[in-house]
Amino acid sequence: MSESKPQGVNDYGYRQFYLGSYSFARDEYFAHISWPGGSHMISVDRFLRALMRDVAWNFFYGTVNFDEVFGTTNHYGTVDVFAGLYNGGYRAQNRQFVETLNGDAVRSTFAAILEDWTNEGFDPFAAPEETGTPFGAKHGSNLGAVRRNRVVAQRMVGLKNDTPLRSDATGNPVNRQFSDVDQGEPEVHAEPGFEDEVHAFNFFAYLSRSDVTWNPSITSAVKNSLLCPTTEEYMLPIIHGNDRVEWFVQLSDEINWDVQDRETGAPRARVVMKPGDVAAMPADIRHQGYSPKRSMLLVWENNDSTLPELYASKKLKPNPVDF
Amino acid sequence: MPRETRFGSLAHFEKGGVQVINDDPRNYAFSNLFEVASKAEPYEKVAVGKNLKYVLEAIRAEGTSPWYAASHDEAAIVMDGEIEIRLVKLQEKIVADDHEGTTILEGAPKGQKMGHIVARRGHMALLPKGAAYQFHAALPGVILLQTIGGDLTAQRWKDICQS
Repeated sequence: MSESKPQGVNDYGYRQFYLGSYSFARDEYFAHISWPGGSHMISVDRFLRALMRDVAWNFFYGTVNFDEVFGTTNHYGTVDVFAGLYNGGYRAQNRQFVETLNGDAVRSTFAAILEDWTNEGFDPFAAPEETGTPFGAKHGSNLGAVRRNRVVAQRMVGLKNDTPLRSDATGNPVNRQFSDVDQGEPEVHAEPGFEDEVHAFNFFAYLSRSDVTWNPSITSAVKNSLLCPTTEEYMLPIIHGNDRVEWFVQLSDEINWDVQDRETGAPRARVVMKPGDVAAMPADIRHQGYSPKRSMLLVWENNDSTLPELYASKKLKPNPVDF
Repeated sequence: MPRETRFGSLAHFEKGGVQVINDDPRNYAFSNLFEVASKAEPYEKVAVGKNLKYVLEAIRAEGTSPWYAASHDEAAIVMDGEIEIRLVKLQEKIVADDHEGTTILEGAPKGQKMGHIVARRGHMALLPKGAAYQFHAALPGVILLQTIGGDLTAQRWKDICQS
């Protein structure tokens, strides 16, 4: 039995979708989510921006909170789709609802919603100043934008048979807010026979040509150590709940982070990051970032698949170092 | 309206910080890699990030480094300055496959020259498995190194982090 049952369109031209016990509908301004015993509304711009990340990231690491109520938790094969699970008020009254569903089924349904509900001229990956409005009745689509995925280099961007570099020729012009970033390439002098191993590239120029925001993509890998830089503008459209420690290195400009308790959303700290600042995000928090100017952020992940269980069972402490 | 993109450097960096509401700032191990490098010895490898066995090291590049090798790839991001990276294909395996982290070599490595790279701020270079490498910087610079914690990794969190 398929968990996704798209039906006809509503008065605004949008399809309604079903996933497990959930139903999803949209009107001109809002996404409406219903489940047995409850319902929720999210402004459709926020919903589509969060949905874009959840689909492109394949649910990422841990929890993707669309807002304070609705979201997903990745179990790397299955996905919890929840309402109120990480909300102190819902939990106190036992009003949360969660279903564990096949990850592929969730992703295909979410991708179908994204494709149907995203109108022509709106790019959920773009900064608000760079794109059109998501609101109104159904008008066209933007399939090229919503079918983008995060870049996943196997060893390092630019190596032979790995993720390609970006240039004007590849359709990646320098972003308007990075027009002053030096585009000069390193001098690479390889002896004959070593052309594929002597490798360097302009990492900041590569980032300056990213056409998406808040989309950590793998640039280099050392075993399970993944450098996942991203360019940020406006605000992270999700509240990311960690299932492991991740680290941030601020490469340019400034991001402010609101950090909350992962389970309840209770505020824990604000972290202000300026160029060269390095900070861990502990394994028991959720966070949301704000970047007034487009900035470059290095997100550093440990891709070890055993970590979520080790942190959940408290075999590992949520903070990365003791001192 | 386009605005200037701000990067940090040894000569100019400005730190943010953790503003605690209900937490311990040490949970965030907050530091600034330029500040760390400004107080480090040349080519000292100071961990500024640690994710179990993996580390990010801040390295002050100044003058010519020893030769290094590792049993795995490493990646170097030049955060400040201009740095030459010299590469030699090792004639014999010097570092055991199960020995992780950077190993320092005694003297010059034996093997074929692979080439060299001149990298400036914002450039990323591969330090490939099976190669020996050496850094040279005529003026002080900063490298952020993606590697695995090893014999040379200095951990002094109390000295570098907000508490």
